[in-house]
Amino acid sequence: MPVTEAELQAYADGVLPDTRRAEVDAYLASHPEEAERIAAYRRQNEMLRAQFGPVAEEPVPDRLRRPPERRAKPWLRMAAAVAWITVGGLIGWQLNGYFGEQRLEASAWARRAAVAHVVYSPEVRHPVEVGADQEAHLVNWLSKRLGAPLKVPHLGSIGYSLVGGRLLPGDRGPVAQFMYQDAKGQRLTLYVRTNPDDSRETAFRFAQENNVGVFYWLDRKLGYALSGEVEKAELLRVATTVYRQLNP
Amino acid sequence: MDDYGVLIEQQIPRLRRYARALTGDRVFADDLVQDTLERAWGKLHLWRRGSDLRAWLFTVMHNVYVNQLRSRAAHPAVSLDESELNLLDRAAQTDRLEIRDLDVAIRKLPDEQREVLLLVALEQLSYEETARALGIPIGTVMSRLSRARERLRRLMDGPVDGATLRVIK
Repeated sequence: MPVTEAELQAYADGVLPDTRRAEVDAYLASHPEEAERIAAYRRQNEMLRAQFGPVAEEPVPDRLRRPPERRAKPWLRMAAAVAWITVGGLIGWQLNGYFGEQRLEASAWARRAAVAHVVYSPEVRHPVEVGADQEAHLVNWLSKRLGAPLKVPHLGSIGYSLVGGRLLPGDRGPVAQFMYQDAKGQRLTLYVRTNPDDSRETAFRFAQENNVGVFYWLDRKLGYALSGEVEKAELLRVATTVYRQLNP
Repeated sequence: MDDYGVLIEQQIPRLRRYARALTGDRVFADDLVQDTLERAWGKLHLWRRGSDLRAWLFTVMHNVYVNQLRSRAAHPAVSLDESELNLLDRAAQTDRLEIRDLDVAIRKLPDEQREVLLLVALEQLSYEETARALGIPIGTVMSRLSRARERLRRLMDGPVDGATLRVIK
C-alpha cells in the first residue's frame, strides 16, 4: 500500500498506527527530501509548543476567572442598553423644554451610574479612554468638558489604584467616570456629574442594582456615585475615603 | 453551576494558549477568551455532558473568532492598523530570530490553515477532534494541515535560501 500524505502528517505528529510505521520508515529512508520535509514539520511542532506552551503557565487574569454572569447578567446588559436608550429619550425631552421632577431624578442618576459601571467595568481592552498614566491630562480634559474643576481621589492607601477615566453622556450633559481596581482586579467606578442646583448637599445614599451597589451624594457643584460589585461595608469604606479626600 | 465553573476554569489556560497563538496578541487573545467564556456560559445547555468539554470550548472559540474576523473585515482600518503595529513592535523587541520568524510566519498563514495547524500541533487535538471543533470533514483537516505546514516551512526557510543563493556562484 503506498504511503499517503495524510500518513506522513500523522507520522510527523507521532500518531501513525504502528501497523504502518515500518512502511513509512522505509519510504522516508528512500526519499531523503521527504524525510527532510517531515523532520521540518516535527520541528515546527516543537517550536510551536516551546513558544506558546508557557502561556498556559501564566496566571489567569481574574477577569477571566469569574463566571461571566457575576460580571454582568445578560438581562442586566439588556437593562443597560435600555437605560442608554432611555437616557437618549430624556435628553430629547429636555431639549423640548421638559424638566423632570427633582425627586425622581435623584435616584435615576444613581441608576445611570450603576449602568455605566456594568457597561465599562468588565472591559478588557478599553475600560477607560484615558489611562492613569496621563492623569493630569485626564483631569484637565474632564474638568473642561464638565465645566467644573474635578479632583481625582487617590485610593492607593486603601488598596485601589486608578485605572483611568472616560467621558459619558449624562441626562443633561457630559459626566465623568473614573475607574479604580484593587490587586485582584476588582473594579470600582466613580461617576461624577454637575448639579443643576449647586447649593444642595446630601448625605450618602445607597442603592442596589442587582449585584452593583452604589453610594451617591451631592456636594454643591458636583454629584458623585461610587459603584462596585463589592460588599456594602467595603463600598462605604471607599466612599468615605473619597468624600474625605474631596473635602479635606 | 459550580462544578461546571470548575470544569470550565480548568480549560482557561489552554484556551489562552491557543488564542495567543491564533491572534498573536495578548490583548486580542484575552478578549477572545473572554468572549468565548461568555458564549460558553450562555450555551452551556448545548454541551453534551460527558463529551469532551475542551473540544467543545474550542468549537465555541472558533465561532467567536470567525465572527470577529467578519466584523473586523467590515471595519478593516482600525484592526489592521493595530495588528500590524503590534507585529512591528514585537518584531523589534525580540532578538530570538527563529522564534520571531515562527511568530511572523504563522501570522502569514490563512486563518483556516492556522487554526488547524495550532489545534493539531500546539493543542494536540486528534484529527477527529479538530474536524469536530471546526465543523469540517477530516479530509479538509488533513489537506489544510498539509498546506499550512508546507507554507510555514517555506516561509521560515525563505531567508536561509536567500543567504545560500548569495554564497553560491
